[in-house]
Amino acid sequence: MLHLLLFLVFGFACVAGAINLLVQRHPINSALSLVVVMGSLAGEYLLLGAEFVAAIQVIVYAGAIMVLFVFVIMLLNAGEEERTRGSRVALLLGLPGMLIGSVLVAWLLERSPTPSVAAGALKGDPQTIGWLLFHNYLLPFEVTSILVLIAIIGAVVLASPARMEASAKKEG
Amino acid sequence: MVPLSYYLILSGILFACGVTGFLIKRNIITIFMSIELMLNGVNLSFVAFAAQWGALSGQVFVFFVMVVAAAEAAVGLAIIIAVFRTRETLNVDYVNLLKL
Repeated sequence: MLHLLLFLVFGFACVAGAINLLVQRHPINSALSLVVVMGSLAGEYLLLGAEFVAAIQVIVYAGAIMVLFVFVIMLLNAGEEERTRGSRVALLLGLPGMLIGSVLVAWLLERSPTPSVAAGALKGDPQTIGWLLFHNYLLPFEVTSILVLIAIIGAVVLASPARMEASAKKEG
Repeated sequence: MVPLSYYLILSGILFACGVTGFLIKRNIITIFMSIELMLNGVNLSFVAFAAQWGALSGQVFVFFVMVVAAAEAAVGLAIIIAVFRTRETLNVDYVNLLKL
């Protein structure tokens, strides 16, 4: 009973944050509602017993990635978005399609019998996850480090002002 | 005890909200945040299925998805900064050339 109650509380916060992200027109408000979504998703992970995933959800997603977003919004001084014709067409076609699709999926999932999941069904503590990462998934883990290195270099090259000046010089 | 389908429905709602945001939003940063929302929705179904099958691999995959999302956020925001420097707008309707 308590499990269901907690699930509903966190789930409601999730959906409310996601809808608020769509409704808000200023990007900073959208970013803060995305933090709410990620925080309550961490709660859902804890309910499922995924302790490690919940911790890195808060640290990496709600912490690092969202700080990066907020930093860029502040840096570019992003204002309220303006409505254009393209967004109205997408609204008219996309919103009913999304509603029909999600109702259909929910109906199908409700009809098909699925087993119940107990609170903390599968303990995903850091020790077990770490063991899996460094034994069964050692190669993907190492490849990931190369990916992150490439991302760092790419971000530095893309955002560096020197490249902008070079391309401006070439044109003019 | 919560049925697995509840978690999947929640994950589906989050993914649908992400798709909708991707379609209706015109600010490039908000579009990027919608992509993160979709990734989060998928992560929830990964963890839910991991709990159902008793397979911890699902939670390891969530870890990998988060790493890819972090790398993607860094590169994507760098691209956004580069676009803003050359166009001085964040509206995707005015960004219609691949050329910088």
